[in-house]
Amino acid sequence: MKKQTPSQTVGPFYAIALTNRTMNVLVNASTQGQHIRIEGRVFDGDGQPIPDVMVEIWQANAYGRYNHPEDKQEKPFDGAFTGWGRSGSDENCFYSFETIKPGAVPGAGDTAQAPHCNVTVFARGMLVHAYTRLYFAGDPANESDPVLNSIKNKARRATLIANREQQAGKTVYHFDIRLQGKDETVFFDV
Amino acid sequence: MKISEYSPRDWKSHPPYVFEGYGSSIKRGPLKKLVPIKQTLSEITGPLFSEIKLAPGENDLTRDAETGKEAMGERIIVVGKVIDEDEKPIANTLIEIWQANAAGRYHHPVDQHNAPLDPNFTGAGRCATNEKGEYRYLTIKPGAYPWLNHPNAWRPAHIHLSIFGPSFATRLVTQFFFPGDPLLPMDPIFNSIPTKSGGRRLMASYAHDVTEPEYALGYRFDIVLRGRKATPFAKPR
Repeated sequence: MKKQTPSQTVGPFYAIALTNRTMNVLVNASTQGQHIRIEGRVFDGDGQPIPDVMVEIWQANAYGRYNHPEDKQEKPFDGAFTGWGRSGSDENCFYSFETIKPGAVPGAGDTAQAPHCNVTVFARGMLVHAYTRLYFAGDPANESDPVLNSIKNKARRATLIANREQQAGKTVYHFDIRLQGKDETVFFDV
Repeated sequence: MKISEYSPRDWKSHPPYVFEGYGSSIKRGPLKKLVPIKQTLSEITGPLFSEIKLAPGENDLTRDAETGKEAMGERIIVVGKVIDEDEKPIANTLIEIWQANAAGRYHHPVDQHNAPLDPNFTGAGRCATNEKGEYRYLTIKPGAYPWLNHPNAWRPAHIHLSIFGPSFATRLVTQFFFPGDPLLPMDPIFNSIPTKSGGRRLMASYAHDVTEPEYALGYRFDIVLRGRKATPFAKPR
């Protein structure tokens, strides 16, 4: 049995290799589902937005199927959607994705999970990336989501819900991530 | 739905989120206890990049891909394999690479270290593992550089790597170091690893079998990602 290679920070200069291409647009005109934008900022322990942060998302397609061989569900495959995206932060510290709202995917046992994006956060100062999830405000499935319900402190569940806004006719989900503080986002030991 | 889970992150190998010697971690590392999660399809799937076509030259950082002009510094060949904890090779996985130039400066506007930039060295590249999990790329040995973490702080020479593996759970960003670097014992980022053996796993080794005569020195750096959880022999009734 080999031991895992330790994680290290992305440091301040990852942009030369990791965000030098556009990777935050997950959709094209033929991608099926409700096209949405996800945006937000990542805040440090002083409540300051972080200018050198990188966020990645991984999500199912509009039918709730992952583009991966281990997802053997008999749901439609969307060849115009990989489900993965990466965003650096802009001059106002916002990360953003053009994507679709994912469908529901099965959870552990016989449970169903509410639609969600799986999120990883990387930054200078973060020695290990942090795993979190983004759920969609107003989705009735959130009430019965097994992962949300596994968070013992009920007040903290709200840190994983992205708020819905309309901006110029487009549905935008706003999702801020707080690395520390009273409203620290829930991070998972994935 | 039945899935095959990944083993947990080994917190004896990975640094803590907050490590006092590394100033930037103090306000940026989550402080509350991580919430355990039962792995689902969401965690055991992940981006595979099987459709990415790497351009010729992406695995050769020693020259400008367009002009063919050579970067300054000591050429090195880096090889290794990507395996999981059960030593199973991770085939066709994407590796992203970035580093400082031979003088210890990144091709990035935030890097204001007063060392020369090299017009023929971007310090960024990509490669992928083959069917046996092996990778290989060419680059220039990076220089050490100063940073503001503490007085007279210098990062030891290192190369950053970003690796995906087969799932969301296997994602890894790391950096490796070179044998015999006198700056290592003073580097809080390296020292954040909680065990000595963990630190050793971030050291490349000199590989004379990889060294090419009259051309470049070889180094080997193997990467171990999380494997699958052991399957129980019998299920409790």
